[in-house]
Amino acid sequence: MSTIISVSNLSKVYGSGFRALNKINLDIRRGEIFALLGPNGAGKTTLISIVCGIANPSEGSVSVNGHDIIKSYRAARAMIGLVPQELHTDSFETVWATVSFSRGLFGKPKNPAHIEKVLKDLSLWEKKDSKIITLSGGMKRRVMIAKALSHEPQILFLDEPTAGVDVELRKGMWEVVRTLRDAGVTIILTTHYIEEAEEMADRIGVINKGEIVLVEDKAKLMEKLGRKQLKLHLAHKIDAIPPALAPYHLVLSEGGTELIYDYDTAGERTGITSLLGDLRNAGIRFSDLETSQSSLEDIFVSLVRQV
Amino acid sequence: MNYRAIRAIYLFEMARTWRTLLQSIVSPVVSTSLYFVVFGAAIGSRITEVEGVSYGTFIVPGLVMLSVLTQSIANASFGIYFPKFVGTIYEILSAPISYFEIIIGYVGAAATKSIILGLIIMATAGLFVPLHINHPIWMLTFLVLTAVTFSLFGFIIGIWADGFEKLQMIPMLVVTPLTFLGGSFYSVNMLPSGWRTITLLNPVVYLISGFRWSFYGIADVGVGLSLGMTLGFLATCLAIVWWIFRTGYRLKH
Ligand SMILES: Nc1ncnc2c1ncn2[C@@H]1O[C@H](COP(=O)(O)OP(=O)(O)O)[C@@H](O)[C@H]1O
Ligand SMILES: [Mg+2]
Repeated sequence: MSTIISVSNLSKVYGSGFRALNKINLDIRRGEIFALLGPNGAGKTTLISIVCGIANPSEGSVSVNGHDIIKSYRAARAMIGLVPQELHTDSFETVWATVSFSRGLFGKPKNPAHIEKVLKDLSLWEKKDSKIITLSGGMKRRVMIAKALSHEPQILFLDEPTAGVDVELRKGMWEVVRTLRDAGVTIILTTHYIEEAEEMADRIGVINKGEIVLVEDKAKLMEKLGRKQLKLHLAHKIDAIPPALAPYHLVLSEGGTELIYDYDTAGERTGITSLLGDLRNAGIRFSDLETSQSSLEDIFVSLVRQV
Repeated sequence: MNYRAIRAIYLFEMARTWRTLLQSIVSPVVSTSLYFVVFGAAIGSRITEVEGVSYGTFIVPGLVMLSVLTQSIANASFGIYFPKFVGTIYEILSAPISYFEIIIGYVGAAATKSIILGLIIMATAGLFVPLHINHPIWMLTFLVLTAVTFSLFGFIIGIWADGFEKLQMIPMLVVTPLTFLGGSFYSVNMLPSGWRTITLLNPVVYLISGFRWSFYGIADVGVGLSLGMTLGFLATCLAIVWWIFRTGYRLKH
């Protein structure tokens, strides 16, 4: 797959002297949904702002489809639609007017049919003649998405698109995102909701304190870092783990009625069969067992904690 | 050139004008009419003529300039300050558009509005006093130059301002006094010589003088000087705007 956005050695030092990004290197692939995951203040918005031309980089460079964002800013920006994190909308313009304005701003000829389609896809068609000030927060958010899509961008940035958005609307939004991806649009989203990244993204990048900690295919990430846990509910309480079972690094629960075994799904063998055999040899019987897989959230928390 | 973007910004700004028509057009017309009643009638009954022109007629160019100056600054400063204030500036900054094009859109719309306003005020004045314009082309030239220059100046204020007080401060504390003292209501030649020298430091004097010359052929200072000062001020504003955009001053982090 080819690269559509290439960030190299990008740093950002704000006027206050604060280093929000530190030598970021990142490639976004054409047509993928890329989730940028990171705690508050990690630098997600700063990174997006630089790529979109809202903030100046302090060091390093970014190219969009081969166009440098500074030297060939027109070509670079024409490809990008941006939905910023904060709700910034006009008030007294109508939905139709503000979305058409965005299209003009990006130098595209009028195309009412396209605007109509965008508004319909985002369930805004009934509101097309309403003033923006009369809309709910969720609708305003959709208006901002409509503005970003008005000029048919090949790349869409969604900065925490579902923050403060109800479940119904969130589902609708993801539908739109999937349709766009199917049409070949590259999507970069940032989110706090790890389930979202897990559900939507093809690849995931984790950013923390202005540094990219990891970039990985979602499936591989889950596999690589995904650990499973086997929990055995014992038939009889035990006081200690027999020495014979030491190699398994088992954890005994407080009450002495549960044994917990962590294993790696990516490993050659999980060790479960031999564990069960050794348990029987040690005379420990269990009444039930369950397994669980760590979510992206666990992975994320452990990654961010390490740094 | 991204003509469509210029057009989009220009029409967006003009739409704002039509939406706030009452405030944009009607209120300056009403206040101008009041100036006529108060200054024209009250003072005009004492000063009958200034340099061969009746007082009421004499003050028309100054009144037009007064409105064009203040409205150009108000329109342009608000036009760019507002998107900064509500955050919608993100879209302008992320669009494939040069700073030059942004300026043409915003300053063009602000200047258009104040030119229309100037013409309306002239028409209003025509209802009160007889008007004649000796050099219509020069009149329009001065009108357009002043509108553009002060819209640029307003644009700079709008970018510099980080609060509504600052937005009002320069127009109120600097521009309005300079305009009132710049010979809107009197000829500089009527002042005692000490005052006259001080008054000649006021740039607005040159604008009003040149503009009045295009009406009646009378001027406080040479027309060439008026034109030169106007162009000089325009060049200064352009230089400041160029610097703002080059550095991203108060627009980009
Ligand atoms: N304009 C600014 N001036 C100074 N510091 C800033 C500015 N904008 C953001 N920051 C700081 O940069 C860091 C990264 O911010 P941001 O990119 O918004 O993070 P995120 O979007 O990941 O929450 C934060 O610590 C924030 O306080
Ligand atoms: Mg953010």
